[in-house]
Formats: sequence, structure tokens, C-alpha cells
Amino acid sequence: MSSDNKRIISTDAPPSVPAQKLVPFKPDLLLSEDHHLCPGCGEPAAVRMMLEAIQEMGCAQKAIGVVGIGCYTALTGVIDTDLIQALHGRAPSVATGAKRMQPESLIYTLQGDGDMVNEGLQEVIHAAARGENITCILLNNGVFGETGGHMTASTVVGQRTKNTLEGRDAELHGQPILISEMIAQLSGVAYVARCGVFNASQTANSKRIIRKAFETQVAGKGFSFVEILTMCPTGWFVPVIDGPDYLENVLGEVHQLGVLKSLEE
Amino acid sequence: MSAVKEAKTGGQGTKVEGTKVLMEGSEAMAQASIAAGCRFFSGYPMTPFTEILENFGKKLPDVGGVNINAESELEAIGMAWGALATGARAATGSTGQGLSLMQESISEITRAELPLVYFNMSRGQADYFQSTRGGGHGDYRNIVLAPCDVAEAVELTQLAFYLADLWRNPVQIFGDYLLAHTNETVEMKTIEFPALPGKDWAVDGSLGGTGKSRNINPIGMSKLKHTIEPEAFWRRLNLKHKEIEKAEVRYEEEFVDDAELLIVAFGTVARFVRYVVREMRSEGIKVAYIRPITLWPFPYEAVGSAAKKVKRVAVLEQNAGQMIDDVRLGVLGQAPVISIGGISSDEAGFGIGPIHDTQDIRRRIESGLAGQEIEV
Repeated sequence: MSSDNKRIISTDAPPSVPAQKLVPFKPDLLLSEDHHLCPGCGEPAAVRMMLEAIQEMGCAQKAIGVVGIGCYTALTGVIDTDLIQALHGRAPSVATGAKRMQPESLIYTLQGDGDMVNEGLQEVIHAAARGENITCILLNNGVFGETGGHMTASTVVGQRTKNTLEGRDAELHGQPILISEMIAQLSGVAYVARCGVFNASQTANSKRIIRKAFETQVAGKGFSFVEILTMCPTGWFVPVIDGPDYLENVLGEVHQLGVLKSLEE
Repeated sequence: MSAVKEAKTGGQGTKVEGTKVLMEGSEAMAQASIAAGCRFFSGYPMTPFTEILENFGKKLPDVGGVNINAESELEAIGMAWGALATGARAATGSTGQGLSLMQESISEITRAELPLVYFNMSRGQADYFQSTRGGGHGDYRNIVLAPCDVAEAVELTQLAFYLADLWRNPVQIFGDYLLAHTNETVEMKTIEFPALPGKDWAVDGSLGGTGKSRNINPIGMSKLKHTIEPEAFWRRLNLKHKEIEKAEVRYEEEFVDDAELLIVAFGTVARFVRYVVREMRSEGIKVAYIRPITLWPFPYEAVGSAAKKVKRVAVLEQNAGQMIDDVRLGVLGQAPVISIGGISSDEAGFGIGPIHDTQDIRRRIESGLAGQEIEV
């Protein structure tokens, strides 16, 4: 779609006025508003929803995050919950060990699609199959954002990436893995939902879904899983301003939003 | 106080009174770990390590501990990592083959400064380089303890948990098929170690929202920083490893003051070397041995000062020649260093070979006395 009629900050000359914050917002569990992620990235919004959910549940003093490796790793400098930095792909097993020795804690993993669906697929599947009482949170933007936008297992067919310049070709690279659908099939799993941060109402809905997953863990019902679709305009060959629409209509078309499993329903 | 909490107090385990019992090495190492306060074990079966996993599975539930059969070695070490981060005493292990799969995590756990204890029930002694050089990426060192029999394994296993906490650094117990599967009389007794500082670095979630929450991190990232300052972080770790090198060298030696030939051997092979050297001494043959108990840090100085007094140094290790590099570094040209073997195995490749026979070892030592190298 065209972005001609949208408000775009020109980059061919220095800005006429300094950047300024229009509305103050800092969740209590963020140490600083500063972050090093790109303009238009969906990850800060997703992480903000997660931190607000933890705070609203009164779980700030019992949450331990296990963080994978991706752009969101930069946020470990500002997330004010206890954290364990895991290797790429390995957060679910680390979270398992922490939960078994610290059963009263709220244990969450924060991983990207490259981390979880590529490198660490076996970890998350087995943690789910064990019914491990943890919450795994996937930030899915369909690319390895940190390396500059390369194909992951969840890149949709036709999506351009740095190593599929003409778009992902199913003949060459196969179809994407729909991780939420896979996990929902396993019997140890209590809650699975997919949401996205491409507009205000869906972003708010993401917080409700994350909270539901955390409540599932606090109630001791078993494995809970939240997949949040996030924008990566710089890794997508898409203008920043078009990122939300691309997420909703291109990635969201394949990775469809909704609650895939909830033991209560 | 629950067993889990007890494990977190920093080292006091289940006190065991000294009684002499006949026990297989695998069971003894699991029991000694629990006596030392280990409350978490995760592993994946592999011969000859499997029975250590089995024994933890049998014994940990009785003390309120957790044993998990992981889906692979990758997850086994990940789970131990998470348990360690909460301040619990935790362990994992495998054979060298399985440890190959764990190396990425071992390297990073070292940089995260977590007190991991891990068992290598090696097939022979060919994992010397993997253990002492670090099979993973980057600059790091792990303390490696090599018991020669089950009784020593009981002591060194407890020492391993203490040293891991003291230095906040992984410690490996390097054994083999023979150590894991020999029944010996052991005195299972809790060893008292000096008090350790509290684990204020461990995560329990309690500091969330206070601005002082923790981040157990292998890359030097800390709260309110956007950069990792890698040089300062790597230098500090290197200084710690240099301190360990000075403080934790352990070895055993006999007859070095008036020997012609010095034999260097470790682990179960050294146990037979000790027997043969004593036998030859009783016949008036001037041989001596040094047995490194810590493979890292290696007893370079002890080997060097013994080398000054002898005509020749012979290295006996059950592999194609790995520790011989360290022996040469210790000897520094003060005496000729030769290999007296050797590759030696059973038909299944589990590392029980003729080298575990005193007659074979005597033949090799006599070859060393004659200045004849036995290459592999």
C-alpha cells in the first residue's frame, strides 16, 4: 500500500525541531524509557504489555524471566524483574530448572521466532509436552531481526528477507512452522493464544492474553504459551509506516490470531 | 525447612555419618553429591555415565530434590543452569560424547559464574583436551578433578561442590567406566568445608520492581546498561582463573627424590601405575610417579621440580597423547619426555583395556626405563 498520504518524518535533512515525547509512559517494571531497538519495532510494545500484566497481577516480586538471544535481549538492561540470560534457543530448559527449584515464582521465557522456532524448537516442544508449569512468550516477526532480517522457520511464503530476496519460495524453503498450532496439540498444554501489536486494540488484547497465560501458571494448570506477532520493518523491506499493516495482513494471514487452547473453554 | 531451601543455604547437605559400605562408583558419586547438598540433577543416558543418572533418580526424591530425564544433553545442561541460577546446588553429566553437545552451555555457564558440577564418565581418557582446554568457545577454564578410585571420588565429589561455590565456576569430575562401575569399600561421610558467602546473586524474583533486580548473565550485560563492556568483563574472569590456577593445584607423588624414571599418569590408570611403581621399588628399581588430581589447574611446578631430579619422564595416559603436552610444559626441557602409551580399549569402545592390567603397565614402564617410546 502507498504511504504517500501518511505523516512521514523526512530524513534528507536534519529535523527542524528536536524529538519530543508526546505522552509520558513508563511501566513500573521498566528501569528506563530508553531502548536501542529500531523505530517501528513491535517488540517494545509487546514487552511493555508483558511487564504491565506482571505488575497488575501483583507478581512483580515473584517473576523471573529467562531471555533468549535476539533484538529484545537489549531490553534486559531495562526490564526490572529478575532475569536469567539463556543461550539462543535454550530458554525453556533453563526456565524448567528454575521453576522446579523455585515453584512459587512466576517463570516466563522471552524468545523470538529464530530463537524458539529455529534453534530451540525441541526445547519448547518438550517443555510443553512435560506440561511444565511455565509461560513461554514468543515475539514472532518472521525474521532474524538482529542479524538484519533473515529467513526464519516462521517467515511466510513470499516474504522477502535478506537471504530470500525474491521472497520465501515454498519449493526451496518449505512452508512456515505454525508453532502455536503445534503446541496446542500437546496434552500437557493448558493455554495457547496468538495476538499481535499492529494496532491499539490488539496491543491491549495482547496484555489480556499474557495475563491469562500467567494466571494459568499461577493456578498450576500446566504449560502456557503466548505468541505475539511484532513488526520488524527494517528487516522486512517494508517502509516503517507500513509495518503494522504488513503484520496484520501478510504475517497475520498465515499466523492467525486467536485463542487456540484454553483448558477452561 | 524444605530440602530445596536447605540446598540454597549455600552448601550444608544431608549429614551422613561415616560407615564403611561396599558401593559402586556411580552410586557413591550420587550419594556424595547429595551429602554435599546437591538437590537437582538432569541428564540423558549414555554408557558408562547412565548409572549416575539412575542413582540420582533413585535418591533425590527422598531428600525433596528433583531429578529430570532431559530430552537431550542440550536440555540437561540447560535445566541445571536454571536450577543453579536460583542458588540450588545442581549437577549434570555424561560421557565425553554427550559433553560435546553441552559445551556451548558449559562455556556460557562459566561466564555466567554459576557453580555447576558435572560428571564426565569418559570412555578411556581421550577427553583430556575437551576437559582441560574447554571444548566450547571463548576464554574460560573449568576445574577438573580426576579421582583414581571410588573412595577418592566420594571426597572429590564433595570438594567439587565446595570449589564450585567458592569460585563460582564449574567443576568437572573426570572418571571413566572403571570408576563408575567398580564396587569398592567406601566410607560415606559428609566432609565439613569452611563457610561460604551467601548466594545474594541468585534469582528468586524478590527484587522485581525495586530497581535492584538481578540479571544472571554470561555476556556481561547488566541493568541500566546498553553496552556489555566486554573487555572489563573478560579481564575480570581471566584474573579469577589465574587465582584458581595458583590456589587449587592438587597432586600425589611418590619416590621422586631418588628416581631415574618419573611416570606421570592420572585417574584409574594412575591407580595401577602406583601399584606397579611400589612393586618395582620393592625390587630396588628407581621409578617414581606423579598423579595430577587436578587436571586443571595442572601441577606444572611439581612436574617441573621432579623433572630436575630424574633422567627421564614417561607419560602414560589412555589416549593418543594429550596430557603429554602439559607434562612438557611443566618439564620445560629439563629432561626428555616420552610417551609410553596408549590407546587401549575393549571391543565395545567403552575404554576398559589391557592398560588396566598391572603386567601391561609394568611392560610399559620397563620400556620407559630403557628409553623406548611406545607411541600409542
